[in-house]
Amino acid sequence: MQEVLKQNIVEKRILAPRDSRKTIGNINVPNPRMVCRNVNVYYGDKQAIRNVSIDIGCNEVLAMIGPSGCGKSTFLRCLNRMNDTIDSCRVTGEILFDGRDIYDPSVDVVPLRAQVGMVFQKPNPFPKSIYENVAWAPKIHGIVESKSDTDEIVESSLQKAGLWEEVKDRLDQPGTGLSGGQQQRLCIARAIAVSPEVILMDEPCSALDPIATAKIEDLIEELRAQYTIAIVTHSMQQASRVSQRTAFFHLGDLIEVGTTETIFTKPSHQLTEDYITGRYG
Amino acid sequence: MSPFLLLLLLLVLSVAGYFIGQYKALNLARKAGGASRLHSLPVYYGMLTALWCCLPAFFMFLIWLGFEQTIVTGLMVADLPETARSLPPARLNLLIKDIQSLASGNIVSGEITPLMRQAAAHYVELQGIGKMITSVIVLVASVAGMLTLHRHIRPELRARNHVEKVVMGLLVVCSTIAIFTTIGIVLSILYEAVRFFRQVPVTEFLFGLEWSPQMAIREDQVGSSGAFGAVPVFAGTILISAIAMLVAAPIGLMSAIFLSEYADKRLRAVAKPMLEILAGVPTVVYGFFAALVVAPMIRGSGAQIGIDVSSESALAAGLVMGVMIIPFVSSLSDDVINAVPQSLRDGAYSVGATRSETIRHVLVPAALPGIVGGLLLAVSRAIGETMIVVMAAGLSANLTANPLQAVTTVTVQIVTLLVGDQEFDSPKTLAAFALGLVLFIGTLFLNIIALTVVRKYRERYE
Repeated sequence: MQEVLKQNIVEKRILAPRDSRKTIGNINVPNPRMVCRNVNVYYGDKQAIRNVSIDIGCNEVLAMIGPSGCGKSTFLRCLNRMNDTIDSCRVTGEILFDGRDIYDPSVDVVPLRAQVGMVFQKPNPFPKSIYENVAWAPKIHGIVESKSDTDEIVESSLQKAGLWEEVKDRLDQPGTGLSGGQQQRLCIARAIAVSPEVILMDEPCSALDPIATAKIEDLIEELRAQYTIAIVTHSMQQASRVSQRTAFFHLGDLIEVGTTETIFTKPSHQLTEDYITGRYG
Repeated sequence: MSPFLLLLLLLVLSVAGYFIGQYKALNLARKAGGASRLHSLPVYYGMLTALWCCLPAFFMFLIWLGFEQTIVTGLMVADLPETARSLPPARLNLLIKDIQSLASGNIVSGEITPLMRQAAAHYVELQGIGKMITSVIVLVASVAGMLTLHRHIRPELRARNHVEKVVMGLLVVCSTIAIFTTIGIVLSILYEAVRFFRQVPVTEFLFGLEWSPQMAIREDQVGSSGAFGAVPVFAGTILISAIAMLVAAPIGLMSAIFLSEYADKRLRAVAKPMLEILAGVPTVVYGFFAALVVAPMIRGSGAQIGIDVSSESALAAGLVMGVMIIPFVSSLSDDVINAVPQSLRDGAYSVGATRSETIRHVLVPAALPGIVGGLLLAVSRAIGETMIVVMAAGLSANLTANPLQAVTTVTVQIVTLLVGDQEFDSPKTLAAFALGLVLFIGTLFLNIIALTVVRKYRERYE
């Protein structure tokens, strides 16, 4: 069946050749939350990202796919300047968040990261209690004043992360004692506790079993109503399940952007087609 | 054959056993069709042969070594004439000691009689026979072990498991050596301390407020009344250690945080070894520094603002000691802070924590066990330090909390007591062991408390 479908597609469309490195597809969205233009990233002398331009719209899930080492994680980490922690890393180009260039020297990275939260590949809860894991960030940002405020934020964040029912009776237990899937949802709760506008997810399910993965995917779908989400994933099924738009990266270039449906059914670039049909990757 | 030569021979035999065992295993493997037919790799058969070759023989050797003296002496005494054997035990013992000294060519307590000369010759002869018997037994045991195992080498022999068991036994032995040494140290101190407490009551020692460890040598001696109240001495130790820790803990921790989180790699590569050099400076040199530079400086500045500072002060010793132990705190803390996974830093930064918040709330709590370990090491160095105190804080046992006065510490007192010219069983000398015992118990409790604290507050990140 798939074979037949693919042949039909190939017959109908003319694909961009494999060696074309220009981004295909519409990078713009009507209501962008983040706007990236000509972003280049270097690690020392090595260029990891070349001239990437893309918009990330409000309340959408943007999936970034591509073979290992294609720079999708690097690009994701540019969006909240997590790359600052790597000494040799240098970023050029423009990344606008609500109209301001986040790499402008006047921008303070601390509030930026509170607004652009991040969830990592491996769950990394702090070695503190479940309660403290969620309450810590609101406390250091001065969002909460009283104990009852904190309780409220902890409860609502855990509820949004779909973890409340499982942990409400053991909030004082260490967060590291939870299962992998629970830890990852705790990390999501931690990220949304400071009410960010964007949540970046770097392969959030790659260390989880299918059931935990399904829970996180449902969660992403729910969170979309309130947040903008950019997710890096190796699983094309996951990308097609959770995202509205998909960006395909290859060796530091953004090859193709489009609605998820288009990318997975009618890709316009030979490389995209090869990747999603599993010819390499 | 001398014991050294014997052990060397045993080693050679073991190496030979290794190759013989391996050779046979390889042969068997070839016949059976490949090394996979053997239970273990051929090297394990070799190792097992070598172990069989050396371990039983080595134990025989140790056993003989343990009993050699008794057996040889017994035989020698049995051959002494009746008149000598019927001497009272103390005299007989002296005679035996003299004969042994004569045999090994040392000085003898009295006149050398023909009887002793004869006995000594006999003793040497017996020793020679004993050595020869040992050599024969050990070598026979070794070869027998090798042959026994060689005969047992079959493809089914679980050589690897046997070797692993022996290795595990070795590891157990190694790990218990430290424990037994500790027990031995405690017992030896305890024995002498009990002798001391027979002469000076425990309560007087523990709660007495005056330390003046003098004992009358003659009846009519002036100033002969001794006082063995250890409180001033321990107070001095606590005072100086506290000053040292007040210097070392914050500076060490801060420098560790700077090195691990703020300094760039090149600076760290230079600064860390430089800091560790501090730990390598001999304490005598620190003592010079404390006595010649720091103490006069403190005295001078004290005089300027109208405070009377004695020329040897706890402050001078404590400050310099604090500098000395900075590397213990900083180097260990730096290592453990560095060992906290990057993912925790990422997690903290990703919710918008500043560097300082990340360090204070995430990294230091996660690294707490190691940091406390470093602090403990520093405290024990401070408590055990002698040289700086002797040179900079003096010897007078004042009971004071004023850091500007001269004080003394437990270790300093132990040294002064033991280098004294009194006989060993006088309370003055024995007091050193009592001090040592209390110090040991004190540091033991310190360790236990610290471990409990760490267990309670540690944050696991695994």
